[in-house]
Amino acid sequence: MTARRESLRRIALTMGAAGIALVVSLLVSTVVLLLSDADPVEVFTEVVEYGQKPAQLVNMLNKGTGYYLSAIAVAIGFRMALFNIGVDGQYRLAAMLAAALGAAVSLPAPLHVLMIVVVAMAVGALWAGIAALLKVTRGVSEVISTIMLNAIAGSIVAYLLHPDRLAVSVAGSNNIGTEPLPASARVPGLRLAGTESRVFGMVIVAMLVGVGYWVLLNRTRFGFDLRATGQSPTAAIASGVDVRRMVVTTMLLSGAVAGLVGLPQLLGASYTYGLDFPAGIGFTGIAIALLGRNHPVGIALGALLWAFLEEASQILDLLEVSPEIVRIIQGTVVLSVVVVYELVRRYTISQQQRSVGEQLAAEEPAVEGARA
Amino acid sequence: MPVPVPEPVAAGADAAPAVVLRGITKRFAGIVANHDVDITVERGSVHAIVGENGAGKSTLMKTLYGMHRPDEGTITVDGSVVTLSSPADAIALGIGMVHQHFMLADNLTVLENVVLGSEPTRAGVIDLGAARRRITEISESYGLDVPADRLVEHLSVGQRQRVEILKVLYRGARILILDEPTAVLVPQEVDELFDNLRELRAEGLAVIFISHKLDEVLSVADRITVIRAGTTVATVDPADVTARDLAELMVGSELPVPELRESTVTDVVQLEVDGLTVRNADGRAVVDDLSLTIHQGEILGIAGVEGNGQAELVEAIMGMLPVEQGEVRLGGADVSGWGTRRRREAGVGYIPEDRHRHGLLLAAPLWENRMLGHQTRPPNVSSGWIDRSGARADTERIVQEYDVRTPGIDVPAAALSGGNQQKLIIGREMSGNPSVLIAAHPTRGVDVGAQGAIWEQLRAARAAGLAVLLISADLDELIGMSDRITVMLRGRLVADADPRTVTPEQLGAAMTGVGTPA
Repeated sequence: MTARRESLRRIALTMGAAGIALVVSLLVSTVVLLLSDADPVEVFTEVVEYGQKPAQLVNMLNKGTGYYLSAIAVAIGFRMALFNIGVDGQYRLAAMLAAALGAAVSLPAPLHVLMIVVVAMAVGALWAGIAALLKVTRGVSEVISTIMLNAIAGSIVAYLLHPDRLAVSVAGSNNIGTEPLPASARVPGLRLAGTESRVFGMVIVAMLVGVGYWVLLNRTRFGFDLRATGQSPTAAIASGVDVRRMVVTTMLLSGAVAGLVGLPQLLGASYTYGLDFPAGIGFTGIAIALLGRNHPVGIALGALLWAFLEEASQILDLLEVSPEIVRIIQGTVVLSVVVVYELVRRYTISQQQRSVGEQLAAEEPAVEGARA
Repeated sequence: MPVPVPEPVAAGADAAPAVVLRGITKRFAGIVANHDVDITVERGSVHAIVGENGAGKSTLMKTLYGMHRPDEGTITVDGSVVTLSSPADAIALGIGMVHQHFMLADNLTVLENVVLGSEPTRAGVIDLGAARRRITEISESYGLDVPADRLVEHLSVGQRQRVEILKVLYRGARILILDEPTAVLVPQEVDELFDNLRELRAEGLAVIFISHKLDEVLSVADRITVIRAGTTVATVDPADVTARDLAELMVGSELPVPELRESTVTDVVQLEVDGLTVRNADGRAVVDDLSLTIHQGEILGIAGVEGNGQAELVEAIMGMLPVEQGEVRLGGADVSGWGTRRRREAGVGYIPEDRHRHGLLLAAPLWENRMLGHQTRPPNVSSGWIDRSGARADTERIVQEYDVRTPGIDVPAAALSGGNQQKLIIGREMSGNPSVLIAAHPTRGVDVGAQGAIWEQLRAARAAGLAVLLISADLDELIGMSDRITVMLRGRLVADADPRTVTPEQLGAAMTGVGTPA
């Protein structure tokens, strides 16, 4: 069993599992479509065709960028068995404060963007850090504290987003938002042939975050400590990991990435944090991190699939199908992925034990293969 | 030494055997756990089943207790062929199981524990009076002396085991399965248990006694069946065999012996513990003002009934537990304020008591497990970056040198047998020039082959000048492998023993606080 063969096998199993999960959710969706008197074949063909149009592809990538960052933020915690449910509050607070501060200062272009990014990451990290401190000093479960911090962040944002404080009226609507960012703080978009829409420039930052996540976890000592703590806190302590410190560092890191979640939208499209700024991406990130099995490539595929389904929901109205069917598909995808991967995991373990048993038995005819 | 045993009582002699297993085969996911098992258990006898860990004893007993169905073969109880689909079926047929790990509710009394799940009722109300009469009756007829109204949490381990046996008898068992019943007992409690078993036998019950401790088996059993590699290899009369014969049947080869060669003890103190006190969550001193010193090239053995603070002592030395008072010195340097990582870097190797909890990442490949606890040092890591090729090459070295039986270093640790996991841990902990080795139950749950290899590694560590702290519940191992033995009781070191002269019985007495070793 060479390392290469082993990893090829693992990739094949993973892809197979993802395929099965997708088929299962398609079957469920078909049933739901049939129940609602729609023609599944027609719906699926239309949806796939619609999703392939350049303008929709751009929308998909743009939505996917935020989802991706959110899922990476969640995955950092997941790898250490920490549940950062608070990405939602972290990114909203971070985006709003960064937007307000960004509009208030004037700097040359690259520095201006950099400053906004740094501020957003710092705010996200600090907000997540509260949960980390509560956990290591008072033993408060981060699940509970991050959920409550979401509510608090929402209230703070609502309080600050008021004409008396950080908000101004947006011209030509009854929306209010932070002062619009000047041109030096805007990130130019990337062109895609066949459409006027631009892909967010921040997509490149998201990719870098994905690469950084992978390198940090798989190639550094810190990443090893983090994964070890996630797999077995007791073994990690015995190996010399300071678990309390790891909890704080990991939450700060997760929060810092969470701080980036709102920036593609802020710096690439809206340039202001208004009442209509997208909310809920933090929760979507949890589903996508599960879908992508905490792997940077898996998460990218999951984020794109999620974004594609949301885009596709727009055409369902035209086909006189309730767009809520997309929610059903999304839910089934996550559920079937979780179930199928657990089955694959068990299958892999028993396969490995079996193959170890067989290979040892082959090497050593004297000992029969009875050692389970 | 074999004790002469009376013939099985007449009541069971001419009746059908209590249990007959014929050609039992059980496979799990392609692994044959049992094949062609043939066993006949007579009424009124103690029938021992011996075999190494992993030989298939537990699988077989689960089959007999209805926890899974055999793929082939027949089970005959009292002369009729039966199908056991669940433990409930087994209980209905009078088969009872006393598990190795007790299943008692600590906050209930003995009486309540015994009736739990099959409470006698009168007009819908639990009739504790009837239960009490039944229990008294059972205890008296089998000599099982347990205070019925005492809370289980106040009972000794031996008494708890008797409660388990009572529970099974209360449900009408005539065939008793005891899974490694002596593993948790000190020698005196073992003797009491054996007296109880003889009573049960005299009352015509069939007792199936699973063990791998050969002296015990020889002293209590009427028949002994040896299981090796999943199948029955022999059924013998204890009068006809010696412990060595049985061991050879079990292993298929000779047993390793725990023993040390000439002394390598130097006068240089390497590990020193001074006035150490550790309190548990309730504020009780689980390690109580304890001091010890270990010299280079010396193995200090700590004897003690489990739960007397040995685990906390080890974790305090490793820096894993907060210490209330006292110092730990390593080669003269006070390391009390150091974290676990710094102590490990300073040369403390650690073979944990529970390798699954503290020693391994079960889902991670072997080479990542080689890094665990050594993730700050070459060859695994250089300036914060994982050195994959270095770590992998060194894992290959450990697999070679320590004879870890594995098809490769990319398999997860969970795929290895206990003995091979332990050899990997020892190889890892002996890497990076350690000066101290903390070995807690190093041969627990490993097969005889690995046991011999592990003892050899301990001898090598001692010869290399390491100061070794050895904690073990296996008194033969402790006596054979220690330069000095000290007895730990309720968080204190209460007596010293000379391993050249002390016997397991003397140690056992000192461990329970009723005597002093020679």
